[in-house]
Amino acid sequence: MTHKIIGAALLATTAIVAGPAAAQDVTLTIESWRNDDLTLWQDQIIPAFEAANPGIKVNFTPSAPAEYNAVLNSKLDAGSAGDLITCRPFDASLALFEDGKLADLSDLEAMASFSDVAKSAWQTDDGSATFCVPMASVIHGFIYNKEAFEEVGVEPPATVDEFYAVLDKLKEDGSYIPMAMGTNDQWEAATMGYQNIGPTYWKGEEGRLALIAGEQKLTDEPWVAPYREIAKWKDYLGDGFEAQTYPDSQNLFTLGRAAIYPAGSWEISGFNAQADFEMGAFPPPVVSAGDTCYISDHTDIAIGLNAASPNAEAAKTFLNWVGSEEFAQIYANALPGFFSLSSHDVAMEDPLAQEFVSWRGKCEPTIRSTYQILSRGTPNLENETWNASAQVIKGAESPEDAGQRLQDGLASWYEPQQ
Amino acid sequence: MSDRLRPRWHILVFLAPAVLVYTAVMIFPLFNTLRLSLFTEVEQERVFVGLQNFRTLFGDAIWSEQFWNALGNNFWFFFIHMVVQNPIGVILAAILSHPRLRFAHLYRSAIFIPTILSFVIVGFAWKLILSPIWGIAPSLLDAVGLKSLFAPWLGKEEYALTTLALISVWQFVGIPMMLIYAALLSIPEEILEAGECDGITGMSAFWKIKLPLILPSIGIISILTFVGNFNAFDLIYAAQGALAGPDFSTDILGTFLYRTFFGFQLQLGDPHMGSAIATAMFVIILIGVCIYLFGIQTRLRRYQF
Repeated sequence: MTHKIIGAALLATTAIVAGPAAAQDVTLTIESWRNDDLTLWQDQIIPAFEAANPGIKVNFTPSAPAEYNAVLNSKLDAGSAGDLITCRPFDASLALFEDGKLADLSDLEAMASFSDVAKSAWQTDDGSATFCVPMASVIHGFIYNKEAFEEVGVEPPATVDEFYAVLDKLKEDGSYIPMAMGTNDQWEAATMGYQNIGPTYWKGEEGRLALIAGEQKLTDEPWVAPYREIAKWKDYLGDGFEAQTYPDSQNLFTLGRAAIYPAGSWEISGFNAQADFEMGAFPPPVVSAGDTCYISDHTDIAIGLNAASPNAEAAKTFLNWVGSEEFAQIYANALPGFFSLSSHDVAMEDPLAQEFVSWRGKCEPTIRSTYQILSRGTPNLENETWNASAQVIKGAESPEDAGQRLQDGLASWYEPQQ
Repeated sequence: MSDRLRPRWHILVFLAPAVLVYTAVMIFPLFNTLRLSLFTEVEQERVFVGLQNFRTLFGDAIWSEQFWNALGNNFWFFFIHMVVQNPIGVILAAILSHPRLRFAHLYRSAIFIPTILSFVIVGFAWKLILSPIWGIAPSLLDAVGLKSLFAPWLGKEEYALTTLALISVWQFVGIPMMLIYAALLSIPEEILEAGECDGITGMSAFWKIKLPLILPSIGIISILTFVGNFNAFDLIYAAQGALAGPDFSTDILGTFLYRTFFGFQLQLGDPHMGSAIATAMFVIILIGVCIYLFGIQTRLRRYQF
């Protein structure tokens, strides 16, 4: 009996203490496809935010990546979507903004800490409105096996000639497959091949924007040259690379059978767990020493505000915090390889991630050329690029033919290219 | 007399559950797909465009090229099944029905088991077996001194589709085997004995007595194979992905439909063009089945024992 009374008294006091706070508490719900990051949000990001902003509670409710777009659209239509929406880059989010589902965030203070390239994935085509706060990007480059390099006696290359010299030496030595890449899944060839080294030739943003404006064509030298380069890679790939899949390539590298892996920075945490040798990274090599280097610093994930959210003020507080240095610090360290897009100087502990992010200081960033606007029609330029890159590496199509085919496809529906 | 005029409600009542369920999950979606193929989306509004989607599908070079490529690949896929799967099925059934074969049950189960496996498992397992890096195919060939015959089959345009068709044959050969095995078992002993009296034994008993008697079963198997192959999707998707590489050489109508309807990577889904492709598939299968029903099945002779 006494126990019960004490219990009731305790309950009553907690109710009194919690009462006033609860009245002001706002709970924000975040929609996301990153169910891999659930613990990161619950253990690190949300507690950090709640500590700094008493009175606002945050709830992270991810769904499966493949279902996210469909689930989100139906929730938004039904009016049951969360206050904060994790944004896919480009057209998927742009369509939501144009439907009035995402709020215009152009005036948000936090936007000042992002560059134009960082914001380009979540802007209207003319750049007049921005509707999501950029969170992270992935950087392309090459990861290499340091021990293999030492054994064979080569240094990470800086120019294209050095790059092939290293590959030749590795091939001659014979104890390692020089480069781990396959064409079975096609996207490796396009994303880690063409889009990795391409910006060096089309001069990053300059070429990308000129292509969108219709001033350059895919048959122009800057767009064909990267195909010519990846066509040469064929000789350095493992036996039967035609049937080698993406996981095959990852395993070949982490098991120490291949020396160089054309990579995206998202591989870092997986590789750290799998590989028991020291790894290094080098950016896409430049044509001649001293040239400006270009990297693909691809905008991948952002967060926006549900236009119908009743808690818009609290949500904006959260979005401003997403643009802060504190958030960038937590996010980048918990997910090495997903780099903050803000202009804050973020210290990262992972050496490989540090190497990748250091290129931002010396190279010009751009995003994958096919993502903005150019993949809206049929045939889809991104999918065609996968196919063309795989074909070119296998030697089944010449670089010039591939360029011509992609240009014809693009010109068939994209007016500025007609 | 009054008994005959009374409405026979029980017929309706007994039919209702099946008709309702079938209508809800099959007939309605089918007709809705056919309807959807006559619309398109303009500025977030669905508008009626008549046969425009079909004009695009068959008239536009980009679409029609993909469609004919997929259809051609589909016929090749079907052809391999017809010339490999069904004869092997008949042979296996004939061997299994041999009265003096030992362990017949064991063989029957072993050959039938792949049929009940998921496509995903079959696709993944064969991808591993044939993998040039980890697979056992290269080392097995090496062991018998035929390493030079090995190629990364799934990654080569000229072999990939045939390889996948053969994997599918491996998976499904149990079905024709079982159906024909059942047909062979139903042939009465007296007929065979009568044949023996006339001097027809061994192989000629098979060709002259058993084969004509199982022809209707082979017909059914052929049409089942046809429908199954033209609806195929899973194995290709599991092994090669939605882009059906290399260079669309394994693209069949199912993967083409999937890519168009649901979208892929940056390509947004287009349910209306997708429905147009689904309708085309429906028509192709319908024509195939009609040719069989009216052209072949009516001419098959049936024997009553």
